[in-house]
Amino acid sequence: MPKPIVELKDVKRIYTLGTNKIHALNGVSVSMERGDFVTIMGSSGSGKSTMLNMIGCLDVPSSGKVLINGVNISKLDDDGLTAIRRNNIGFIFQQFNLIPTLTALENVEMPMIFNGTEPQARRIKALQLLKRAKLPAEYADHKPNELSGGQQQRVAIARALANNPPILLADEPTGNLDTKTGKSVMELLRELKESGTTVIVVTHDPKLEEYSNTTVRLQDGEVLDENS
Amino acid sequence: MKIPDFLKNNMYAQLATRNLKRQSVRTVLAAIGIIIGVIAISSMGILGNSLKLSVTDSFTDIGDKLIISPAIGEDAVTDRQVDQMRKVDGIDEIIKVSSSGELLDYRDGGTKTQIYASVYDIDKDGLGSLVELEEGRLFKSGSTDCVVGSTIADRMELSIGRKVEIDGSKLRVVGILKERGIGFDISTDNGVFTSSAMYDKLYPDEEEGYDSVIVKVENINDIESVKEDIKSRINKKDVLIDVFATNTIIQSLDDIFRSISLFLMGIGSISLLVAGVSILNVMLMSTMERTKEIGIMKAVGASREDILKMFLLEALFLGILASIVGGILTIGGSYLLIALIVEDTNYLLKLSNILYIAEGITFGIVTSLVGGMYPAWKASQMKPLDALRHE
Repeated sequence: MPKPIVELKDVKRIYTLGTNKIHALNGVSVSMERGDFVTIMGSSGSGKSTMLNMIGCLDVPSSGKVLINGVNISKLDDDGLTAIRRNNIGFIFQQFNLIPTLTALENVEMPMIFNGTEPQARRIKALQLLKRAKLPAEYADHKPNELSGGQQQRVAIARALANNPPILLADEPTGNLDTKTGKSVMELLRELKESGTTVIVVTHDPKLEEYSNTTVRLQDGEVLDENS
Repeated sequence: MKIPDFLKNNMYAQLATRNLKRQSVRTVLAAIGIIIGVIAISSMGILGNSLKLSVTDSFTDIGDKLIISPAIGEDAVTDRQVDQMRKVDGIDEIIKVSSSGELLDYRDGGTKTQIYASVYDIDKDGLGSLVELEEGRLFKSGSTDCVVGSTIADRMELSIGRKVEIDGSKLRVVGILKERGIGFDISTDNGVFTSSAMYDKLYPDEEEGYDSVIVKVENINDIESVKEDIKSRINKKDVLIDVFATNTIIQSLDDIFRSISLFLMGIGSISLLVAGVSILNVMLMSTMERTKEIGIMKAVGASREDILKMFLLEALFLGILASIVGGILTIGGSYLLIALIVEDTNYLLKLSNILYIAEGITFGIVTSLVGGMYPAWKASQMKPLDALRHE
């Protein structure tokens, strides 16, 4: 049996707010296989954002283990986490989060710069990725504020794919899009899943469940159920 | 790689220039601070340096000369001592000088006025190597002719062929000297130079020997050793003569004016300090504003070093641009300043002044970098999660 691409073992995350201790995650154990399409569902305060941050190496657990592609991130420092993120995870945000001063193409190039890819190579790759994300070629030189929400999310998806990460992590990817555009973005994610990328979507929108083969339901920092 | 290509292809550079353009008003204001600082530092440096140049230029005889005068208690430099000097290596020329002070009468408008003159007995060849003629010629030895300095010629409205009266003796003016300024050897501008025969006739009571002896050395680098050699030969038992090297004066002038320049630049650097603080402020503001962007970049794989590089590059670009503008404006600004204070703008383009501009530019760039350091460090230390949450 192949190793899981993402594995959480008894993960706890405790925030201290004044004298109160908040158990954002309270002993979560989940594993996700390569090529899965996972939706993490739950109401606000259920711990799904915290779980997303763990898988995205933006945060480390208070106790327990988070294994990304077999590497335990619990003890890594800032630069160590950055290195894991750079090579394993592509982020897709609700707010698209493109850099406003860069063009669509340059936004896609950015992760490759941090990765040390040659200028010529990254330009070619970025153009390919924009094509794959179905952004019409004439928009490549547009700045984010000259693009529609759907177009911006396509650029963001292309950017997420820049360093060929095995994991795509999407936080409410359709939250700021109309139904039709949202649907086409989800179709795109499904296509990426078909080509072997693990797609993890965090959402409270039950409609997105239909795209996934696994759903993790969270409530009060614990896994309510997990079905495939 | 050429610089324009680098700017085009390097995305850190692209980001830096675009971010600077994004807040163009703020960037320009921060740049003005640096520009003023650079102008202040380099024009103050140039002012001090030009003052120095204008003063040192007025001492025309500084350099390769030793002036030998009798020590305190001695009456004159004797012929025997001059003979001893001749044995020293590295001497180009020995010029013996006898002089007396004299008050000359002249008419200024309707009133009779007096002018102080130094009457000199220097042989024709020696005089020829010390002074330059404005017009006329030098006197012949044994004649009653004389050559006068420019101040005397101007005041007394003398021209070639006119006569000067000293103690009842009339001396015909055959030459007028060029203005030379202050000297340590002889005061040419109010000097009257005549032959030894005439001088002896005017001052028959003068003792044997000379009031001073000017020694020209062959090589200016040997001036110290020649000086020591002369001293050791003549001042064997008792101190009979004093030897003064004219180049020592230039060293002390150098020291004085270096202090003045430093002081002026110190004042100028206060404005650069203020500029540094304003860069710090501006960069801090933009790190705050761009917190979310920093978060995004970190999320997609930017390391601390990447973020640090980005912000430092921004400060560097701002510094380079503003400092170069400051340097260019300095040339204009110091032209005005020098024209007003030193009144000779020829000094502006001297190499030493160009160096002060380079110094100002360097200080400007360094200040911007230092001002940008803390904000850049702060940006690099942001936690990606906190930064992403920032709205």
